[in-house]
Amino acid sequence: MSGGALFLAVFLACTVEAVEATTIVLAAGTARDWRSALYGLLAGLVTLAVLIGALGPAVSAVPLHALRLVVGGLLLVFGLQWLRKAILRASGYKALHDEEQIYADELAAAQAVPRERRGAVTDWYAFTLAFKGVVLEGLEVVFIVLTFGANDHNLPLAALAAGAAVIVVALAGIAVRAPLARVPENSMKFVVGVMLTGFGTFWGAEGAGAHWPGSDAALPVVVGAVAVFAFALVAALRRGRTATQATAELVVTR
Amino acid sequence: MIARLRQFCAFWYDFVIGDDWRVAVGVVVALGATYGLHRASVPSWWVVPAAVVLLLPYSLWRASRPKSPQSRKS
Repeated sequence: MSGGALFLAVFLACTVEAVEATTIVLAAGTARDWRSALYGLLAGLVTLAVLIGALGPAVSAVPLHALRLVVGGLLLVFGLQWLRKAILRASGYKALHDEEQIYADELAAAQAVPRERRGAVTDWYAFTLAFKGVVLEGLEVVFIVLTFGANDHNLPLAALAAGAAVIVVALAGIAVRAPLARVPENSMKFVVGVMLTGFGTFWGAEGAGAHWPGSDAALPVVVGAVAVFAFALVAALRRGRTATQATAELVVTR
Repeated sequence: MIARLRQFCAFWYDFVIGDDWRVAVGVVVALGATYGLHRASVPSWWVVPAAVVLLLPYSLWRASRPKSPQSRKS
């Protein structure tokens, strides 16, 4: 796998999760207390960095075949989850991920809770909301960084891609001080779902002992085939949805 | 304590398995079949892609089909 593909896969996955985390931190800061929300954000980022630093060498020490079997399987399960949701959204069966709506919901929930001071944190609710948002959204990214980095023997590049995505999204969040609704999050989730499913298919099968025709050259073919298949499924579901709606309208007019 | 343990397990279940457990089970079965075929010296690279071709449409079909009135109530 080329360094560029590794960087792109981790950067995109991390950007998607960072946008979601930014929405939560913005809600905690706006509705409650900015300093506590930023403490929560920093504590969350440190937790994720410690996880990568602690687990990275351990994951890298696992024999490659076993690593590829386990992480390939997990990547495939994750990828199919992402892709399933992305296809349902693209075909209209599931509401698009709306950062503005999520922001409004988080804001309303945050405003309803009384303020409580703990140590240096002036608003414990804002701190925990931001901390949980960052850690929970970041766990999948930690997994992607570790698995992609370990598989490619290039953990530093994977960590760099994740760090770059966090910085870009954080700067954008600071600049607009509003949910990053213009980020094409749904399209990015589709791309990440395709990449995770493609890499998971390739590594999982290889870890279980399969030999791909063409060896490593099969990887881009697998990713491309997954993309074509996903687009075909979106088209089929859209057609099915239109046909169902047309039938329903016919029944109503009768 | 039990409630926290349940919450912890629910988080990891949701994190790893997600919305459709059948997909996770299908992936495990496909990887097992790949290993089995490999041990029997039969080409096995096609098993996981075939599983993706079957699992994804099946899961999408389950998610997109109209809900029956009974399942809506529950």
